[in-house]
Amino acid sequence: MLRYTLKRLLSLSVSLLVASIVIFVTIEVVPGDPAFYMLGFNAQPDTIAALREELGLNVSAFQRYVNWVSGMLTGDFGTSYTYRTPVADMIGDRMWISLPLALYALLLSTLIAFPAGILAASKRGSVADTLVMGTTQLGVAIPNFWFAMLMVLVFAINLRWFSAGGFPGWDGGFWLAVKALTLPAISLALPQASILARVMRSALLDTLGEDFVRSARAKGLTRRQALWRHALRNAMIPVLTIIGLQFSFLLAGAIIIENVFFLPGLGRLVFQSISQRDLIVVESVVMLLVFAVVIVNFSVDLAYALVDPRLRRRS
Amino acid sequence: MSLLQIDQLSLAIHGTPILRDISFDLDAGQIVGVIGESGSGKSMTAYSVMQLLPEGSRTEGAISLNGDNLLSLSEEQMCSLRGDELGMVFQEPMTALNPVKSIGDQVAETVRIHRQASRAESLRIARETLDRVELPADRFPLSRYPHELSGGQRQRVVIAMAIALRPKVLIADEPTTALDVTTQAQILKLLRRLVREDNMALMMITHDLAVVSDLADDIVIMKSGEVVETGAAKTLFQSMTHPYTKALFEASSHVPDRALDSDAEAAPLLQISHVSRDYVLPRTSLLASPPKFRAVNDVSFTIQRGESLGLVGESGCGKSTLTRAILGLEEVQEGEILIEGEPVFSGHEVQRSVRRKMQVVFQDPYGSFNPRHRVARLVSEPFHLLDTQPGSAERAEAVADALESVGLEGSDGRKYIHEFSGGQRQRIAIARALIIKPKLIVLDEAVSALDVSIRAQILDLLADLSDRFGLTYLFISHDLSVVRSITDRVLVMKAGQIVEEGQTDAVFDNPQHVYTKSLIEAAPRLPDLPTELTAKLATQNEVSI
Repeated sequence: MLRYTLKRLLSLSVSLLVASIVIFVTIEVVPGDPAFYMLGFNAQPDTIAALREELGLNVSAFQRYVNWVSGMLTGDFGTSYTYRTPVADMIGDRMWISLPLALYALLLSTLIAFPAGILAASKRGSVADTLVMGTTQLGVAIPNFWFAMLMVLVFAINLRWFSAGGFPGWDGGFWLAVKALTLPAISLALPQASILARVMRSALLDTLGEDFVRSARAKGLTRRQALWRHALRNAMIPVLTIIGLQFSFLLAGAIIIENVFFLPGLGRLVFQSISQRDLIVVESVVMLLVFAVVIVNFSVDLAYALVDPRLRRRS
Repeated sequence: MSLLQIDQLSLAIHGTPILRDISFDLDAGQIVGVIGESGSGKSMTAYSVMQLLPEGSRTEGAISLNGDNLLSLSEEQMCSLRGDELGMVFQEPMTALNPVKSIGDQVAETVRIHRQASRAESLRIARETLDRVELPADRFPLSRYPHELSGGQRQRVVIAMAIALRPKVLIADEPTTALDVTTQAQILKLLRRLVREDNMALMMITHDLAVVSDLADDIVIMKSGEVVETGAAKTLFQSMTHPYTKALFEASSHVPDRALDSDAEAAPLLQISHVSRDYVLPRTSLLASPPKFRAVNDVSFTIQRGESLGLVGESGCGKSTLTRAILGLEEVQEGEILIEGEPVFSGHEVQRSVRRKMQVVFQDPYGSFNPRHRVARLVSEPFHLLDTQPGSAERAEAVADALESVGLEGSDGRKYIHEFSGGQRQRIAIARALIIKPKLIVLDEAVSALDVSIRAQILDLLADLSDRFGLTYLFISHDLSVVRSITDRVLVMKAGQIVEEGQTDAVFDNPQHVYTKSLIEAAPRLPDLPTELTAKLATQNEVSI
């Protein structure tokens, strides 16, 4: 198990290194001079040159890469070209919205998907199964921003249970903040839960057809016991894979939902930064997202090994 | 009254009749062999007893255990009988165990489900049971996982799960079919011992007459969902009143008629000299070079033109690796493989001019065809080995010829593969091998997945084709009786090396190497028949099944 973990950690570091190079190079080749954008069309050439100097754009690309990476390692993400504030602070504030939102959505998605998937698989062909399959089909098909607007209409404007958008901050009280994130989290979770429930169902049906489930039944286990004790854990491998992919998506893919609900999260930050050519912010946020995704994959890998003893040894 | 009585059992699944009027009894301490080919309903009989039938099943008649009719019990009552009074062992030990649970937990679960035993107590019983199935604690602690065990060891764990509570009836559904002969012999010995120790009744389901002939007390022969003959094992083979029983017996020991090629000039077709094949294993340390596993170790042999050479050995002995090397699917690290004096590989490239001199037929008639292609396309695939592609008329004619030569219709080329039975598919595989008129055909367990009657037909076909087209066969199999019936010469392989080589009859009658002896010793044998019956069977030149 230790070997396996070390091996995963090594591959994690390599992924991060490769990702940092790719991000840096990509942003380097994007046309557009940030100094030019910041100063506007009427700027004098020598003012632009001075600003370039100030932003550290005059040194070689390699030197800039080294400065960027070493800065990140010490928590210094540079200064935003547009707002002239430290990028680390900007990301820090928004992180506390995007990360809880992603976790909240993931929690909801799992809480909906697991029971629904298990129910559908254990009663295959029944009304419950048909209902789950139909609902999830709809859940996958409905665009989440449309669903978000529908929820705003129903729960914020008509019923007035929730506010239509905005975020009061965590200082205003934990439950208040959670309440503000609830509608966005549901909108994000709906398609994810639909996909996850379908994966859970089909993975479980596959394992229920395995020989070892029949062996368990021959030992005297009821259908239900065989499902919970033998099939479920074996069905977790594909489910964990999907959960890992979904978390990455929830973290990085919330741009539209954050816009619908006026949440000052990472998604909106990236969106704004790209339109303002605030490349240093874009670079940093993207790198951070990559970091999050890699960490999630690492956790999923560890979870695989906990579920499946064959992986523990194969290291 | 018998312990288990099956009385006029009929079964239909979604209205399709599967079993009709099955009746036989099982007494404590008795072993009943239930024999039949695929589709005969032998497994469904077992599942009826366990009441583990697929959805949509309807049963009639009665199955009584100690006087209780199992068919009228509730699911809850059946759950308390399964694993406690009724144990079952399945065919495929590789998948019959849960891969994510330790063997101790899986055996202990049988105890925990039925007895109010603590975890420690049930694990203690699991330990005892694993000891009983000869998996001692020092080598097989309870914490082992299934993937750390071999097929035979896993089957012992499955048996342990079934007998942990000393059931009155044990049902074993083809328990040794997936195992090597020596492992099979050990598992059969174990089952016999357990039956004796626990005075258990054993229903032994198999397609292999030889397996039960010296194990079972009684034999039940099934065909198409019906029992066709029952009787004591000792006398059944002597009398054999039903024609199907005779046909089954004949097919099991079938020896195809082969024209002995007296003018076989000593012209080597395939020459293999000092071939070794290494596989690189995962690194154990970052610094050391990764360890290697030598699957084939310094193997040399020659096949003469027109000869039929057998290669026998147990799983993992390297015979499949060797086959792949001969076919040019893998490069070897050392040695040389020559067909008519030319190497299969030139550099790292397979030479097409050499490759087209040989074709292969694999074991699995279901997995070795692309289901989306029509048979004509499947059969004509080897044409890509030719330098000039035949025109479409020529191609169609070649396909029709090849299909007809294996006993199918030329028009079958328009069909898809799912329209054919296992035996027909294997004929199509042979047609595919024949189409570019190769010199050598490699038969890799080509009849192992087939029922005995179909197997007899395919063996006849192979013998006939060899006579007609002067084919040379390399016949790879773990089944000694098949190899004996169709080969001139045989090689015995063990742990990557050829340990014995000689004329087939000489090797079987007088094996020299200790390993060959143990293989032949372990192989189950059909009982000898009284001479008048043997003569009668010999005169039946057509197998009518």
